[in-house]
Amino acid sequence: MKPSRFPLVVTWAVLIFFYLPIVVLVVQSFNSARFGGGWESTSLKWYRQLLKEPSIWDALMNTLIIATTATAASMVLGTSAAFALHRYGKSLLQRLHFSLIYTPLVLPEILMGLSMLLFFVAINVELGLGTIFVAHVTFCLSYVAMTVLARLQDFDFSVIEAAQDLGAGWWTTLWKVLVPILAPGILAGGLLAFTLSIDDFVISFFVAGPGSTTLPIKIYSMIKYGSPPLINALSTLLLLVTFASVAASQHLARKGEPRRDPSRARITMAQP
Amino acid sequence: MSNFLHFENVSKHYGEVKAVDQVTLTVEQGEIFSLLGPSGCGKTTLLRILAGFEQPDSGRVILGGKDVTDLPPYERKVNTIFQSYALFPHLSVWDNIAFGLKVAKRPRKEINDAVEAILAMIQMEDHAWKKPDQISGGQKQRVAIARALVNKPQVLLLDEPLAALDLKLRQRMLIELDLIHDEVGITFLYVTHDQGEAMSLSDRIAVMRDGKIEQLGTPAEIYEAPRTSFVAAFIGDTNFFDGVVAEPLEKGVVLDGMLSAALDKDYSRLKVEDFPDVECYNDKQIRQGEKVFLSVRPEKFRISREKPEARPHLNIIQGMVEDVIYLGSQTKYWVRVADYQISVIRQHSRFLLDEEPIEWDEQVWLSWHADDGFMMEKYSEQDEALLPAPPDKVGDEVEPEVEAQ
Repeated sequence: MKPSRFPLVVTWAVLIFFYLPIVVLVVQSFNSARFGGGWESTSLKWYRQLLKEPSIWDALMNTLIIATTATAASMVLGTSAAFALHRYGKSLLQRLHFSLIYTPLVLPEILMGLSMLLFFVAINVELGLGTIFVAHVTFCLSYVAMTVLARLQDFDFSVIEAAQDLGAGWWTTLWKVLVPILAPGILAGGLLAFTLSIDDFVISFFVAGPGSTTLPIKIYSMIKYGSPPLINALSTLLLLVTFASVAASQHLARKGEPRRDPSRARITMAQP
Repeated sequence: MSNFLHFENVSKHYGEVKAVDQVTLTVEQGEIFSLLGPSGCGKTTLLRILAGFEQPDSGRVILGGKDVTDLPPYERKVNTIFQSYALFPHLSVWDNIAFGLKVAKRPRKEINDAVEAILAMIQMEDHAWKKPDQISGGQKQRVAIARALVNKPQVLLLDEPLAALDLKLRQRMLIELDLIHDEVGITFLYVTHDQGEAMSLSDRIAVMRDGKIEQLGTPAEIYEAPRTSFVAAFIGDTNFFDGVVAEPLEKGVVLDGMLSAALDKDYSRLKVEDFPDVECYNDKQIRQGEKVFLSVRPEKFRISREKPEARPHLNIIQGMVEDVIYLGSQTKYWVRVADYQISVIRQHSRFLLDEEPIEWDEQVWLSWHADDGFMMEKYSEQDEALLPAPPDKVGDEVEPEVEAQ
């Protein structure tokens, strides 16, 4: 019997559906024509021009600052929240806690953004990087909490007692046992938070102030007032960075963590 | 050293439940001491109080002459082997074992030597760099033991350490634990619900029930002279006779009416409802008309087709075999006598195929010496419900271990 072609066709259809727009974008970034359409000539014109746009680099800087700080904060808060939820999850307070943590995942972003804006205005806080940071932490921490919580499901809490039993105080237990065991969960949550923060548009748009433009907002305004080819070039660069980091993280994950331990070296030497 | 480890009036409540109720207990240095009881009897809570994971509501814990009641777990010189082993999944076997020494900031050289030495003892040198999920259950068990012992604790706490292993491995680990104890000489506090483990390993056993110590003694004392019916039924299998003292015997009398020549007051005759009279040794002072609860272990009976010759203080009764279970080294019989179903064990010391074994529905004679029963306190009907059901015990006998003591 001939194998069905259906899976192959579907695979190609999906790939084209997903990646054709991106391919078009990448190709167009090398087109020197000002308004898309016809092909003029292949050039790096837009990339050169990109270097001369300080406002883009400012926006990128803002985005990275917020993404880094918001990710760090939400990793700490989210992990703590996950712990509280896991340990005392049956109490009424924690069930309420869970719903509140879960809500940002399903709440329309526009609602979050609007309510944040109204809140900041009500308490008279000046809009800027600070408000974007706070807004990003509020939704990032939910993602971290959910990821860590999933990891905690198969976490054996007796290792905490075991560490204390072996003489470790709270601080040592935290850094030598708890964090290393939960690191994959925390890092996965952090990575998710980081990517969400970098490309968040709606919420940032509401709570950003003058001089605190993030990259997505900048790109949006460039579409309206600037030049689309410049965006193509910028997006291509972003794409490159993204693929590189994904490849790097996969490489790291496959390799595992090579351990450097002198006593181990001794043992391997002892066995020819 | 006496009073090496001492629990003084220790109590712990969880809400309304008394997990540990006014326990006073002394463990000698170097012994293997077992806390034995059904789940919920407070044995694990007592262990966790010593480890420092639980604070007692009242009472003191003295270890090595020092009051450790208020010390946090990491300041106590005790180490625990957890039921789930609780090995650190992110660390290799080597690093797991070295954890305690590293935390104590011992010199690198000392750590290396100590870990290598204990790895050799548990024969895990070849697995030193494996992670816990790459080794078997028995190996995890050994690593957990090494991780605790390498710190040279004053007491090693073992919380049902063999519960997660299969039967064969459990028996091997029991022997290994015993060998390790011989080698290191550290005091072991062993918590288990398995009477077989406790009997074969312990120097002394405390049988616990409802947060209290029901009886404390050597395995043989607990098996042969249980203080209450609870202990008798929890440790091994037994037959209970609920009787009233008919007469303290001035003369030794055998129950089929023949008179014996011996004169003594050490024996009484019991009237048991719906059962022939039973003669028993007076394990305590009793008066005529007093209620007595008598336990006779299955292996104390002799079972035969022919009626045994009457001798002083020998109980002889007739019954019918209702059930037979052949277990290789021994055969278990259930014999119906009036309203009672008596459990009897026959040890096969001779080549069994040469004889004609007793089978179902045969009329048999049971005999046992009056010395071989034991009088004890009876618990209420509600307490009886807590006793393990007989089918659980088939094939899980402890008699051979007792004889080995």
